[in-house]
Amino acid sequence: MKGKKTADERSSYKDSWRAWLRAEIAYSPTQARMQRLYFGWLRFIENPMAVIGLAIIVFICLVALFASLIVPGSPTAQELEIRLTSPSAEHWFGMDELGRDVYTRIVHGSRITLLIVLLVAIIAAPVGLAVGTVAGYFGGWIDTILMRTTDVFLSFPGLVLALAFVAALGPGIENAIIAVSLTAWPPIARLARAETLTIRNSDYISAVRIQGASNWRIIFKHISPMCIPSVVVRITLNMAGIILTAAGLGFLGLGAQPPSPEWGAMLSSGRIYMFESWWIAAMPGTAILIASLGFNLFGDGLRDVLDPRDE
Amino acid sequence: MVQNNTATSVPRKFLAPVWKQRLRTAWRITSSVVVTLFGLLALTFFIGRLLPIDPVISIIGDQADQATYDAVFKKLGLDQPLYIQFYRYISDVARFDFGTAIFSGQLVIEDIKRVFPATVELSTIGLLFGALFGVPMGVFAAVYRNTLFDHFVRVFGLIGYSAPIFWLGLMGLIVFYGWLGWVGGPGRVDSYYIGIVDAVTGSILIDAVMADEWEIFWNAINHIIMPGLLLGFIAMAYIARMTRSFMLEQLNQEYIVTARVKGLSHARVIWSHAFPNITVPLITVLALSYGLLLEGAVLTETVFAWPGFGQYLTNALLIGDMNAVVACTLLIGIIFISLNLLSDLFYRVLDPRTK
Repeated sequence: MKGKKTADERSSYKDSWRAWLRAEIAYSPTQARMQRLYFGWLRFIENPMAVIGLAIIVFICLVALFASLIVPGSPTAQELEIRLTSPSAEHWFGMDELGRDVYTRIVHGSRITLLIVLLVAIIAAPVGLAVGTVAGYFGGWIDTILMRTTDVFLSFPGLVLALAFVAALGPGIENAIIAVSLTAWPPIARLARAETLTIRNSDYISAVRIQGASNWRIIFKHISPMCIPSVVVRITLNMAGIILTAAGLGFLGLGAQPPSPEWGAMLSSGRIYMFESWWIAAMPGTAILIASLGFNLFGDGLRDVLDPRDE
Repeated sequence: MVQNNTATSVPRKFLAPVWKQRLRTAWRITSSVVVTLFGLLALTFFIGRLLPIDPVISIIGDQADQATYDAVFKKLGLDQPLYIQFYRYISDVARFDFGTAIFSGQLVIEDIKRVFPATVELSTIGLLFGALFGVPMGVFAAVYRNTLFDHFVRVFGLIGYSAPIFWLGLMGLIVFYGWLGWVGGPGRVDSYYIGIVDAVTGSILIDAVMADEWEIFWNAINHIIMPGLLLGFIAMAYIARMTRSFMLEQLNQEYIVTARVKGLSHARVIWSHAFPNITVPLITVLALSYGLLLEGAVLTETVFAWPGFGQYLTNALLIGDMNAVVACTLLIGIIFISLNLLSDLFYRVLDPRTK
């Protein structure tokens, strides 16, 4: 195909990325992929809500990355003589019951929230993908067993199942992450299974099979990669829910433990003083709301780009 | 459960007789429910086994001698192989025997009977609020699509999805109870009213009316309004969004155009032509949001010190009382399965296309 490209065209592509991305015929797989991303991006930025969502997520990521530059102090440093003072110019979000700066703690807490979301995604997505593709590819009793197990996990509300697991494993942030992951994989498994069912009988899979590829090779090298985009979208859509469940666990005292500046745990420690010092409870809650709103908006926009059925 | 679409594409005479089809569907539903229930039991059994705390020590304390320890160990059946322990667990559950709750010292099943009505009352009020506001909001958002009202409903719904319910509860308490004093604070009634009316139905509103204690009734209303509205808000976000998309689907159909061409009024087209067609999927949504509310109740009850199921579960969790935790988890799972089953049955009975 490369031979067809005239010298003229080549120089014009060099001049402008945009022309390369908008070219009517893609000359290489890279160009085709880039074009798809580009047109998806154009659709995405048409939706102002989705752009706001993306901006919120980028903002939180930046805050988490540069937390120690934004607020030089330690999130556990105490100044007991000014405990429970209301928001002021020096302490934007006020001081908590142990004389810690609420603003500093919220900025550092963004790291914990993002860490939880990322770890849950990293644990739950591959598990769900593996279960779904194996069930969909083999079918029969393997499918029945795996999907019935998935149904059992889905027959609990996420928070209640996570609570039960944390109760059994013991409170703490590591166990909270494991528990939330255990509730996050079933929807992904269902999705991956549905995708696998549509791919399983396609010609290229038959071709690979005739070449002598083993079942496992087909599942992990030829089917799983095809399911990854929709799995990524799905887990992004679920991230707001993951944030809320993790914060709920922290609030109930079963997630991150004090003095960790996790937002849910901060809220719960501010409860006793909330009528006199509203900011201890109000500020971390607003942070949770903004984070989960960002992921919800972004996820909705992403779904509209990839699944334009609503239009 | 996947809808069977073959009836539309295959001529009727090639299909099995109707009663046979129905029997097959009934068998499929029953078997799937039985298998899921079994899985539920296995999962809760497994959760009970994961426990890092020694169940024997939690009963006898760590001061007891080895002989007592061995006796209790045997009595609990912990020396038996796992499958026998599982069998014993199932037969206990079948007799509603979940053992004794450590922190209340009573049978778990008695505790649940005591606390459950409070949660049902709260969730029902929440669902009422949610349906009362959510359904019309969804319908009007679809009718006046892309107007200011539609955007308002969308933003409202997004906040409902994104806000941590425990934080909304705390903020509500600070503003409407602490600052303004409009509503009652934590609990179901003020503390000096507790225990005056007998718990006949378990719902304090109904019990107060039956006992002719109107003062208590109004006090209870004052207490339930905040958590009820809050749960209603969460349900409303979901109900309005689903209603909107169901309605949009109907409004794009040709029969709506026909109805308009015939000269029917705007209200008539919406409420007596489009709306009846979404009632069936709407019932499914309502059943599912009842499940959502039970989940929300766990956090809401903790915030409002509501003496219900959620608070009981949280207390049990915090002290690691596994008997109570396992029973509560199992019960919620069973309620969820029943709600799903019920909405599925509703669908089959009410929607003529599934016949």
